[in-house]
Amino acid sequence: MNQAESDNAAYHWGMVIDLDRCTGCGACVVACQAENNVPTVGETLCSQGREMQWIRIERYWEGQYPEVRARFIPLLCQHCDNAPCEPVCPVYASYHTSEGLNGQVYNRCVGTRYCANNCPFSARVFNFFEPEWPEPLNNQLSPDLTVRSKGVMEKCTFCIQRIRRGKEDAKLEGRPVRDEDIVPACAQTCAPGAIVFGNMADPESRAFRLARSKRRFRLLEDLGTEPSVIYLKGGGREDD
Amino acid sequence: MTERQESKQSVKEMNAAMLSSMEAPSRGWLVLAAALGAVVGWGAYAWGLQLVNGLGVAGINRPVMWGFYIINFVFWVGMSHSGTMVSAILRLTNANWRRPILRGAEAMTVFTITVAAMFPLIHLGRSWKLHYFIPFPNTLGLWPNFRSPLLWDIMAINTYIIGSSLFLYLGMLPDLAVVRDRKQGLAKTIYSILAMGWRGTAREWRVYHKASTLMAALIIPVAVSVHSIVSWDFAMTLVPGWHSTIFAPYFVIGAIFSGIAAVVTLILILRRAFQLEEFLTPGHMDNMGKVLLVVSLLWSYFYFAEVLTTWYGHKPIEWAVFTFTGDAYGFLLGLMVVGNTCITIPALCFRRVRRSGPAMLFISIFVNIGMFTERFLIVVPPLAHRNVPFMWGTYAPTWVELSITAAAFAGFGLLYVLFSRFMPIVAISDVHEGEALRSHHRLGRRTVSTMTEEG
Repeated sequence: MNQAESDNAAYHWGMVIDLDRCTGCGACVVACQAENNVPTVGETLCSQGREMQWIRIERYWEGQYPEVRARFIPLLCQHCDNAPCEPVCPVYASYHTSEGLNGQVYNRCVGTRYCANNCPFSARVFNFFEPEWPEPLNNQLSPDLTVRSKGVMEKCTFCIQRIRRGKEDAKLEGRPVRDEDIVPACAQTCAPGAIVFGNMADPESRAFRLARSKRRFRLLEDLGTEPSVIYLKGGGREDD
Repeated sequence: MTERQESKQSVKEMNAAMLSSMEAPSRGWLVLAAALGAVVGWGAYAWGLQLVNGLGVAGINRPVMWGFYIINFVFWVGMSHSGTMVSAILRLTNANWRRPILRGAEAMTVFTITVAAMFPLIHLGRSWKLHYFIPFPNTLGLWPNFRSPLLWDIMAINTYIIGSSLFLYLGMLPDLAVVRDRKQGLAKTIYSILAMGWRGTAREWRVYHKASTLMAALIIPVAVSVHSIVSWDFAMTLVPGWHSTIFAPYFVIGAIFSGIAAVVTLILILRRAFQLEEFLTPGHMDNMGKVLLVVSLLWSYFYFAEVLTTWYGHKPIEWAVFTFTGDAYGFLLGLMVVGNTCITIPALCFRRVRRSGPAMLFISIFVNIGMFTERFLIVVPPLAHRNVPFMWGTYAPTWVELSITAAAFAGFGLLYVLFSRFMPIVAISDVHEGEALRSHHRLGRRTVSTMTEEG
């Protein structure tokens, strides 16, 4: 699909994350893990860099004691329009959808891990082992999406199962998708409301309007990957 | 009349000497083959464990998603440049000293590339889905992604395996006929089939010479393209420290460097193992040493150019990879520079060093230690230190990766040991051709040997 086609598409999913509102509580991480059948790997594997979180809270410290500040950046797959992970996949497991999503076909993935190397955000996680859920967590697996097997790459899908459902419901009612129809798990749980998901092709959507803020920036913008996740700069008090 | 009789006798003797490795296996040979087989078996067990449990048994992690398997892959593909490149260039330039080392070098190419081709398979998360790489018509209408350097890689490696095998086999045809004529029974039947009815007529020789020259000319661009494509697995990415235009020629030179060093090691071992001192002389070592010196200079120049531009530009993200390499892997960095440059270049300037077996053995092995380290430093530090500081990490191999690496060396050794037992390890016909072109003249009290140039 070329640029012109995607410009004309009815949907272009995107996200706005207001860093001024983010408290770094980590609720989004837990919600994502529960929603998307993401396994917990335990302390040991975590320390070996085998954690499976699709969204993580990056914490950076600024300044010298006693003037220290913690900064948080919730980081998930940026669903780049010009995604470096896509062309390098030898089997098209990583591909671009017509709605601006960066898709991942688990059944097609052979596990070369090339996509993860080429993702400048290190947003992709790999199933180093067969995933396991201790009792009673195994009873809460969502039937809406697959459980991935060992040797497969996975990452944030913007809760594609919720996007599907939202679109189907809207279609049944014969209307276009509205803002409140689709809310990914992370945005739904975010208590301060820092995460806003929406259709960037719709100038009326909340996400679109927020994305025009003066505080907007995108991560590693100089690489030209055109991320669909827009951040709003935090720490306003000192700067303004 | 008597003179001709004598020369015939000497041809027979020469053949016997050159085919000595094919006689009944000694106890030493059997022990060696069994030991190598055991190490390969251990590696297969480690791989089996990985297939059952998942790649977590290896040391790779996020962010270092590629580790020892890819390092091994690049290393073995590099080694494979020895043979074909060396023998093709020497054939085309009519270097007469090439003759006894051709076969050993060509066989080495085939076996190293075979070992190399195993690593992408071992490295896959789901090795059993390998057929997804093959473009075959299927009900899903799915095709592999030809934009991915990994797919170029598969094409290149397959081309190289086929090309170098043909190159080896073609060169062996007349020698297989010699072996056929010396064997009886079932062995004779097998070698007859392998020799494809070679009789040594004038026409056959003419076609043979034309074909081998053509193959030699064709295999060089293939060899260059193979390692360029291997380098593009890295250079085509956005990873700081990988995304570099110099990578393709740098990798090709690195490959030839480790390849030639490996040929030197191998020749020294073969010479001792099969008492081929008569054919593999210090003169050969001298010449190979000169080639190694030139390639070492080239490699050092490329490395210098790469580091200099990065240091001078001082782009933070690029330079951070270098400083990180120095901090975290300083020892390995030192090992690489010492092995590839500091020892090799000054030592090989001396004729005495180039003609000494032990010295050349030490240097050639040290070069390959340096080159293995170089591949580690190319693969690991840039991945460990990428754009997002929150996801910086380190990497060390586990026993599984080390076992499979050991099995790769043993597997190569095993293939070679089997080959030298069942196939002529010295290019008999080429050596005879060289002998025919050589004549001895008496100059006063000394006998000087001269070489007639081929037209």
